[in-house]
Amino acid sequence: MRDFLYQNLSTIASLQIGEIGYISEESLDNIPLKLLEMGCLPGAEVQLIQIAPLKDPIYICVNGSHLAIRTETAAQIKILKSE
Amino acid sequence: MANKPIKVALIGNPNTGKTLLFNQLTGLNQKVGNYPGVTVDKKEGVSKLSATQTAIITDLPGTYSINPTSMDESIVLKTLLKKDIKESPDVILVVADVENLKRNLLLFSQIKDLEIPTILAINMVDQMHKKGISIDVSVLKEELNTEVVLISAKKNEGIKEVKEAIIRCHVAAKASPLCGINHKIDPDYFAKLKEISPNYSLYELWLMVTQNNFPETITASEKAALLSFKQDISKLKKYQHKETIYRYQEINKILKKTYLVDKSKASDVRSKLDKIFTHKIFGYIIFFLILLVIFQSIFDWASVPMDFIDGLFANFSELVKEALPEGVFTDLLTDGIIPGIGGVVIFIPQIAILFLFIAILEETGYMSRVVFLMDKIMRRFGMNGKSVIPLISGTACAIPAIMATRTIGNWKERLITILVVPFTTCSARLPVYAILIALIIPDTKIFGLFNLQGLVLLSLYALGFGTAILAGYILHKTLNINSKSFFVIEMPNYKIPSFKNVFFEVVEKTKAFVFGAGKIILALSIVLWFLASNGSSDFKNAEKNVSKLDVSQNLPSDELDKKIASYKLENSYIGMLGKSIEPVIRPLGFDWKIGIALITSFAAREVFVGTLATIYSVEANDDDVTTIKQKMASEMNPETGKKRFNFPVGMSLLIFYAFAMQCMATFAIVKKETKTWKWPLIQLVGMGLLAYVSSLIIYQILS
Repeated sequence: MRDFLYQNLSTIASLQIGEIGYISEESLDNIPLKLLEMGCLPGAEVQLIQIAPLKDPIYICVNGSHLAIRTETAAQIKILKSE
Repeated sequence: MANKPIKVALIGNPNTGKTLLFNQLTGLNQKVGNYPGVTVDKKEGVSKLSATQTAIITDLPGTYSINPTSMDESIVLKTLLKKDIKESPDVILVVADVENLKRNLLLFSQIKDLEIPTILAINMVDQMHKKGISIDVSVLKEELNTEVVLISAKKNEGIKEVKEAIIRCHVAAKASPLCGINHKIDPDYFAKLKEISPNYSLYELWLMVTQNNFPETITASEKAALLSFKQDISKLKKYQHKETIYRYQEINKILKKTYLVDKSKASDVRSKLDKIFTHKIFGYIIFFLILLVIFQSIFDWASVPMDFIDGLFANFSELVKEALPEGVFTDLLTDGIIPGIGGVVIFIPQIAILFLFIAILEETGYMSRVVFLMDKIMRRFGMNGKSVIPLISGTACAIPAIMATRTIGNWKERLITILVVPFTTCSARLPVYAILIALIIPDTKIFGLFNLQGLVLLSLYALGFGTAILAGYILHKTLNINSKSFFVIEMPNYKIPSFKNVFFEVVEKTKAFVFGAGKIILALSIVLWFLASNGSSDFKNAEKNVSKLDVSQNLPSDELDKKIASYKLENSYIGMLGKSIEPVIRPLGFDWKIGIALITSFAAREVFVGTLATIYSVEANDDDVTTIKQKMASEMNPETGKKRFNFPVGMSLLIFYAFAMQCMATFAIVKKETKTWKWPLIQLVGMGLLAYVSSLIIYQILS
């Protein structure tokens, strides 16, 4: 259905504002349990909504949850982008 | 005959309208207590379910999951794992937000697995049509195997149905789990876990293992068996991850059958508002303007009711004095108790206004945007975006501010916030500042525009806030605490605040302040009055001793009375105490009378003014109506023959009060929140030293 282009370096932190990615299965161990519980699951669609003025934290929408996380966390969660 | 009340625990994600439902169910029938051993507020209320049945409803802190990551959330786990009859709930009422039902059901699925009768109340259903959401309630009930009620706490709809469901649920048979965690993950592993004890559900046992939290009822052998599961931590972690994913899979299956969203109806208000409120320039400007409005109102709007209260208590004191016969009891009442109570009541307008603003900002969802904007900046100072709320609250009172740090998951960031919050200028410093500024700063205008006294007050606020930030930076660089935890905050949808919620919040917080601080101040004013009107043998023989002195001969009788009164004060217990610390505080420009006020204000800063009032009026020994300000202005320094409260002494005192931690209640709360004596003691000594050294430098330079 979707044509995924695998990019090794792509993480949530590398998204542009408005861009959408899908959390990769291999990131599972890097996602803190709390984020997982808030809907940040492998396979879930994640959209970057806003970046804070000082580039950190970032504001994302994942699985219907609107969350702000720090870039250090976001950089650990790999994503696939559909292009 | 009335039935035994049903114990209901109210649980839900933050921002689901849980508190509003609690308020609707209980009305004003609520009280705030403490959980044993922790200072987290326990909100309980009584709800009348039917003619014969009542319920005691406990509002638990909002949480996304049973697995806690902050102090707030750990309360939920502790309450639910309790097995003793007195504390454990009969029915759990889970509140969910209709828009975020999927995420809300995760918490529900965990709760359901505890095998306690559970009701799901889906809130904000008035929004369903607008958001294009439709729910098949009967299928959802069946799939979740639970009572499901659609409600709108805001419009007071569905409340009756919730009450009926509580009664039905209470008499229903034992609840069964929803997901069960054993099936897909590792059947053998969980079968072994379940074998440990028949008294707990599998999920309860799993929580005890993963959260290292055991109920008191567990036996030693059971506990040992459970602990053996903890050996392979990485396996535990992996299974917790798997469990969460499995739960979401099940929830998705259920929602596919029962929950439909027509996305074309989704509105765009949120993203438009977000663009403004989190904008890199406008975001900060708006935040700054909001702060400006808050402070303006604290000083401007609050001054009218404060003056009114001030006058009321002064008149009341006089009235009592006239009405009652002269005597010890009347003195205690008019010089000790009434001014003591007045000293607390006068802060109500300021505190209420501040809490009003904070409640509105939180209710609307704006506070999360502030956290988002400020996180990076605050991190440089060892804190967290969430520290902004305590720092703002601190301008009213450090106690609720320190309690507000509980939402900060990272221990180091939370600790630093707790340690620096008392630097922010709380309302108890205000009367001290106000009277000293009035005494030493001329009431003139600079550039014909700014009031000089106002500017000095503003600089003291800036000083407090700046010191807090700077102290945070120093602590950040020096504290060697490795606390691993990450930062996440939900950005809730913007909401129009509920008047009822805001009102209840303001009443509750103000009440907590008045009764908390009130008790201390009242007790102190009585103690103080006693210490000032009793003393050593010299005190008792004051008349004889003074009359014997050469200088006392040929004095007119009123002069002699004054001499006796001041001799009495010097030899009273409080005078002896003041005299004993005089050598230490003399370099700061303070005499023993100010010393007394310093000692008493270690209980609470605002006591300073009252203490000086008591001392000078005991000394004056007359009933004239001169205000405390006049009394202080006319106080002379016997060594120089000039005014006691001159510019250097006043400045030295101002700086001392800006830095010193003079608040017993803050000390107590820091001890409770950090669970050791170490941090409050470090705070007390550190702030005290800073105050002493700064005052010393200021006084020596100025005089």
